[in-house]
Amino acid sequence: MAAIAKAPARPARAGRWVRTRDGWWAGLFLGPQVAFLLVFLVLPLGYAVYLSLVQWDGFGPKTFVGLGNFTAQLTDADFLRAVWNTTKLALITVPVGLALAVLIAAGLAGIKGSNFYRVLYFMPVVTSSVAVALIWQVILADDDNGVLNSTLRRFGLDGPDWLGDPGWVIVAIAIVTVWSSLGLNVVIFLAGLQTIPPQIVEAARIDGASSARIFRSITLPMLSPTIFFSTVVAVISSFQAFDQIYVLVNPAHNEGARTIVYQVYKLGFKDFQFGMSSAAALILLVLTLLVTLVQFAAQKRFVHYDS
Amino acid sequence: MRSRPAARQLALHASLALGGLLMLFPFAWMLLTSFKGVHQMLNDPTAWLPSPWRPQNYPDALAKMPFGLAYWNSLYIAALNVALTLLTSAMAAYAFARIRFRGSGVLFVLFLATQMVPVQVTIVPLYLILAKFGWVDSHLALIFPTVANPFAVFLLRQFIRAVPIELEEAARTDGAGRWTIFWRIVLPNIRPGLGALGIIVFLASWNSYFFPLVFLNSSELATVPLLLSQFAGGHSAIDYGLILSASAISVIPTLIAFLIGQKKIINAMAASGLGGR
Repeated sequence: MAAIAKAPARPARAGRWVRTRDGWWAGLFLGPQVAFLLVFLVLPLGYAVYLSLVQWDGFGPKTFVGLGNFTAQLTDADFLRAVWNTTKLALITVPVGLALAVLIAAGLAGIKGSNFYRVLYFMPVVTSSVAVALIWQVILADDDNGVLNSTLRRFGLDGPDWLGDPGWVIVAIAIVTVWSSLGLNVVIFLAGLQTIPPQIVEAARIDGASSARIFRSITLPMLSPTIFFSTVVAVISSFQAFDQIYVLVNPAHNEGARTIVYQVYKLGFKDFQFGMSSAAALILLVLTLLVTLVQFAAQKRFVHYDS
Repeated sequence: MRSRPAARQLALHASLALGGLLMLFPFAWMLLTSFKGVHQMLNDPTAWLPSPWRPQNYPDALAKMPFGLAYWNSLYIAALNVALTLLTSAMAAYAFARIRFRGSGVLFVLFLATQMVPVQVTIVPLYLILAKFGWVDSHLALIFPTVANPFAVFLLRQFIRAVPIELEEAARTDGAGRWTIFWRIVLPNIRPGLGALGIIVFLASWNSYFFPLVFLNSSELATVPLLLSQFAGGHSAIDYGLILSASAISVIPTLIAFLIGQKKIINAMAASGLGGR
């Protein structure tokens, strides 16, 4: 976060009264946020851990099953497929989405009047995921009326059944995800590019470096903290993808669109297997933590921090 | 950027414009299709322009679903969400920035750590807890559980630390208490931060789908995204004109608001680095 948020300078000196010990006031000011956090996050998290250890349908008695729910999920074909689908989605959207965003941001940084394009690219970001999914549903439909496949057919090409074919649906979801999140990544990279001193680029140019060389040897390394941060955020958010997929494709009818969050939702709110649902959710949490840890470890090797 | 400026600029503009058209295409298709009738969809699916134009889709969509009510629901829920989040996280941020108390550092780290927990992980237990409160199928379930916002506290703390401490000390000498200082000195001085955060929280609340899907049943309580998904689910897959006119009804006001305040909105979300995600 520090890489992006402009950190205002610390106050020159700590005032005496303003920073005296004042536990009572601290409690008063912190109270509301802490209370909300305890009731709506910490308590449910603890409850999720407890639920993951029992078998319960919401009405009958709770039966303690130990880690049974976890082993059941980890050997369940549906859950494993959901993990695989989620991984595939991240493997497509994160590299493609971020690479496109870096290129577009670098292009925008090189022209005058980039604001117009910035607005164009950003429009999907402020659009609700439900509306986005409905628009794309119409574009990608394969019932002789979908515009994409009808257009392809005019050129003699036979487009896949984007939303119906379990093998293609992840690609369709990836297209929509990249389209709708591109603008945000572009403006974040633009902000990162603005921190690169123009003198360095100018000096390299005078030395005869080509644009491609400047991009590879100056822009990318100096942008790497921002790219790293965006990668972490993008991976985590593709792990948690639900809204768009749920509206775009009916995962109940297409096993290719079942992600981990869909499994959590289905087990909890369709099957009323609260224990299984909580176990699946906690596995998602562990996966999120693992990926973040791996990325922070990789950061040490690949991310270039100036000074 | 110097060398070969004209050709370079032209090539860049051309490729960025092409990309921009691709970004715009789904919106354009939504608008054009929203004026098409079922017959045209069946006979000529790739035609760009509606023929004949069928504006009747709009009154039809409005007649079938209470979109006006959904707008009001989304609006007041988002407004309350913004107000509560801004006030309570500014208070917490003030405590972390300006009050010395035992365990401040540890508590702050714990605060930020809770950000790592995806909301989907706690959704089932949260549902059970809110059911005990009697909040299921009520807007309270959408307003309160998202108020705790460690990211907001972090962001506002940065802004508060930039407020000159001398201002607060001057007010103190004039006899102002903690609360007066917070309300009269700190809050007005972090207005840009509050504005940026307000936009982010508003958009997140306005576009939220998962919570309304899980917690609401009654259609008169539905927010705009929930109503839109119910509307689409309830209609024949081929009546794209009707479905997309409903989408347009749901999207156009937010797009207009975005076009008016685009600079502020884009900068706010870029500065936060997280956007509404």
